[in-house]
Amino acid sequence: MTPARSRDSRDSFDAVVIGAGIVGAACAYYLARAGLRVAVADRGAVASGTTGAGEGNILISDKEPGPELALAQLSQRLWRELGDELGPGAELDPKGGLVVAAGPAEHAGLREFAAAQAQAGVTAQAVPPGELPGLEPHLASGLAGGVFYPEDMQVQPMMAAALLLRRARDLGAELRLRHEVTGFETAAGRVTGVRTSAGLLSTGLAVNAAGTWAGQIAERAGLSLPVLPRRGFIVVTEALPVLIRHKVYTADYVANVASGSAGLEVSTVIEGTASGTVLIGASRERVGFDRSSSLRIVGMLAAQAARLFPVLARARAIRFYRGFRPYCPDHLPVIGADDRLAGLMHACGHEGAGVGLAPATGQLIAQLAAGQEPSLPVDPFRPGRFAEAVYG
Amino acid sequence: MAEQVAITVDGAEWSVAAGITIAAAFTERGQPGWRRTRLRGEPRGVSCGIGVCFDCLVTVNGTPGVRACLAEVRPGDVISSENGSSFADDQSVPEPAPAPTVDRCDVAVVGAGPAGLTAAVAAADAGCAVQVLDLGERPGGQYWRWGPATADGRFHHGWAAFTALRERFDAHRAGGQIIYRPGHAVFQLQPPPEATTASAFRVHAVAGDRERDYASVLAQAVVVATGAYDLQLPVPGWTLPGVMAAGAAQSLLKSSAVTAGHRVVVAGTGPFLLPVAVGLAQAGARVVAVVEAGQPLDYLRHPAGLAASWRKLPEAGGYLARLARHRVPVLRRHAAIAARGDGRLESVTVARLDQVGRPVPGTERTLAADVLAAGYGFVPQVELLGEAGAQLSGGAQPASPVAVAGPDQQTTVPGLFAAGETTGIGGSDLARAEGEIAGRAAARFVGRPVAPPPRAVVRERAALRRFAAIMQAVHPVPSGWTHWPADDTIVCRCEEVTLGRLRAAAALGADDARSIKLLARPGMGWCQGRICGPPVAALLAAGLSEPTAERAGHPAASGLSRPLAQPVPLGVLARLAALDDPAETEAASAEDAAGARPDHEGKM
Repeated sequence: MTPARSRDSRDSFDAVVIGAGIVGAACAYYLARAGLRVAVADRGAVASGTTGAGEGNILISDKEPGPELALAQLSQRLWRELGDELGPGAELDPKGGLVVAAGPAEHAGLREFAAAQAQAGVTAQAVPPGELPGLEPHLASGLAGGVFYPEDMQVQPMMAAALLLRRARDLGAELRLRHEVTGFETAAGRVTGVRTSAGLLSTGLAVNAAGTWAGQIAERAGLSLPVLPRRGFIVVTEALPVLIRHKVYTADYVANVASGSAGLEVSTVIEGTASGTVLIGASRERVGFDRSSSLRIVGMLAAQAARLFPVLARARAIRFYRGFRPYCPDHLPVIGADDRLAGLMHACGHEGAGVGLAPATGQLIAQLAAGQEPSLPVDPFRPGRFAEAVYG
Repeated sequence: MAEQVAITVDGAEWSVAAGITIAAAFTERGQPGWRRTRLRGEPRGVSCGIGVCFDCLVTVNGTPGVRACLAEVRPGDVISSENGSSFADDQSVPEPAPAPTVDRCDVAVVGAGPAGLTAAVAAADAGCAVQVLDLGERPGGQYWRWGPATADGRFHHGWAAFTALRERFDAHRAGGQIIYRPGHAVFQLQPPPEATTASAFRVHAVAGDRERDYASVLAQAVVVATGAYDLQLPVPGWTLPGVMAAGAAQSLLKSSAVTAGHRVVVAGTGPFLLPVAVGLAQAGARVVAVVEAGQPLDYLRHPAGLAASWRKLPEAGGYLARLARHRVPVLRRHAAIAARGDGRLESVTVARLDQVGRPVPGTERTLAADVLAAGYGFVPQVELLGEAGAQLSGGAQPASPVAVAGPDQQTTVPGLFAAGETTGIGGSDLARAEGEIAGRAAARFVGRPVAPPPRAVVRERAALRRFAAIMQAVHPVPSGWTHWPADDTIVCRCEEVTLGRLRAAAALGADDARSIKLLARPGMGWCQGRICGPPVAALLAAGLSEPTAERAGHPAASGLSRPLAQPVPLGVLARLAALDDPAETEAASAEDAAGARPDHEGKM
């Protein structure tokens, strides 16, 4: 902690990952697995940002064909490997996702969306209304049907991040908690170190995995990065017997995820967890980092949940919480080297899909750091695209 | 002498005294445990005794999740014990449907204990339209908890003061100045939206028969007097039926004239243990021992403060004399470090403590007992205040903050007042002094001409606060208690999280209340960490594992937020979707308030 000590070799690393959330943990894990000496610095504790406020979704179902779907499919494969490696504590559950439609037109739209996904290799099964009770016995009657996605999974996000970090530590990584990154040391246009509230970490590679706060980290390198917060509330019930078997959401969820609106959008997303609670989402609004409670939104989530699963009307909510999704204007994450500063990479901006997309992001970062061919084209995710959008 | 009512419990016909609580009915029947936990299938019974811990849940007439410690038996009740989840997948249960009630008033008071009742009466005296919302079924709070079997006050202290206060309270109710709403579980207190001129707080509550309806009150000012609950420490066996908070044994007696058991060990620290033990002994229980972790002779080190509150001394002396008369041994600098039994408490292990509170090896003794009533001080209930934006600070225990209040009991939120234990633990006399000051100040805030509180009340508040500070200094929670639990001891009762699991989470990098909650689930259950929060904070501070990360700076303080201060059925929560835009609500409430005012002003 003294200035003299910061020059020690013990504070010198091949890579410094900024952020101990799920994306930072995955980056640290794959970098350490590639043989790099890694430090993870976070101003808070493990999973103390958006990871700790999420549901742990690993979704294919809500992605339209394109670069994000490809990233999700790669991540899906990696999560299955990680599930074995991290053990039962991560609560990886290949439960499948069910998207339901209220009316026939909506159902047709869903099926059309699914057909396009199937072209891209997604397994999607149209579910006629009569078969809905077989999948979800407590679902409201009168729905027009749905589409079932057996590949959708869920994980306990905080435990997954903590276990990934432990695996990284087993591979030699070091965890520096309550180390707030205050700036970067550079020489000849290259990163030579990451300054923290507790001293300098010397490194030639900094990975910005600060999630919703990644824009602020970029600013500390004098660079702009348009990662913005998109607030969401989740209502949590008392522990219940298993009433809801899959991740169940309504068709408007996909539209809201892809929407650029700053106004409030509320769709219905419901799922049980291994601990018995039922998580009820999802609201989206761009109100900065406003942490105040909105009982109206919480009420809307409760009302929609009770409409989709009438049995839940009698279940008690015991808490709700809010989180801030890291959102980019084009809804794609930022993955790769920043052309403006050598030695700085970004791994952020995953909006509500960070848990699902974390392993693929970590693997791509490790491959790029090693100068290897990445598993899939990273061009759509490159940090420079925002500047081009402005000037082009 | 007492009237009997017939109820059905798990298929058996019981005849019990009218108006006692369901928990008291089980206790009287010699059945201290009735619920089985979800994960381990362990038996649980009454623990906090005042509606905070949710360990005593039963299903009543088809409604699951009813707190047996709060609900009174009614003729014909069909009660069943719960196994695992409290949720009944029973389509026959009616949906909550009644129309929501929205009321407007000048001053809303949350809590009907000594502070709340006094504040309500003071505000009503000043001409305010007052609404009192309280979780309990009768006015009095926990301190003056009573029922048909105890209406003579024989188990109570300060009963004459309560009777006098209740007369004034009832007179205001009869005159329409106070509207009293018992059985209202206030789950959130919304401060007025910023930048609106006609400001009103909105008090949200679950109400109605067995908590199925929604009620909302709009108020120009709010007094929060939600009291406190016992701090219990997790020791091996503390989840056994028969082990309960000292306040729980007290509430069984005060509400229902039922003694918690036959052979009782009273343990913990603080002067509150003495009246608990005396009450139980007078009611016929055999008090095996009073086990006090502190060394009360330390009072002598604080003569100045004692002089300021000399009245308390003869009171304590009186309790000790009565304990001696009942031949109750008082063990000082001892603690109940473990509870044992098969399905219910059978014995308590007590040990002498060293200077920091660790058990001295070789001093353990086993006392046969069917009740362990334990309390290591109190935790203020400040959820509503914190969530409404009022500044909280420190407090006597870790993770037990109190509301910051000014000389007029106003919090840092204008128009929001706190009185009684929410501003710091100090007992019922202090609560009444603060309630008097808060009630008048709230009346002044809403524009009533009101005289400042009598100087005697202000002096009384100062003297009692000095005395409270001394009590806390003399009766600290022994820091060495963290050596009492073992790795397999449950720390979080709701989620059945053991100390071992906390250690495992710490080894993964958890180092504060939030991160350990996220990784090991303490505080994620029904009570939202009210019971385990302070112990978990102390365990974290004592160190749960070898360091696994280099840390600079300090873990965030407590940081636990409880946005829902009470569980809320989703069908009730759904009503809030219809809440108007805040600005519109304000405009409407301003008009209504203007319309409603003259009625009250006419009485001035």
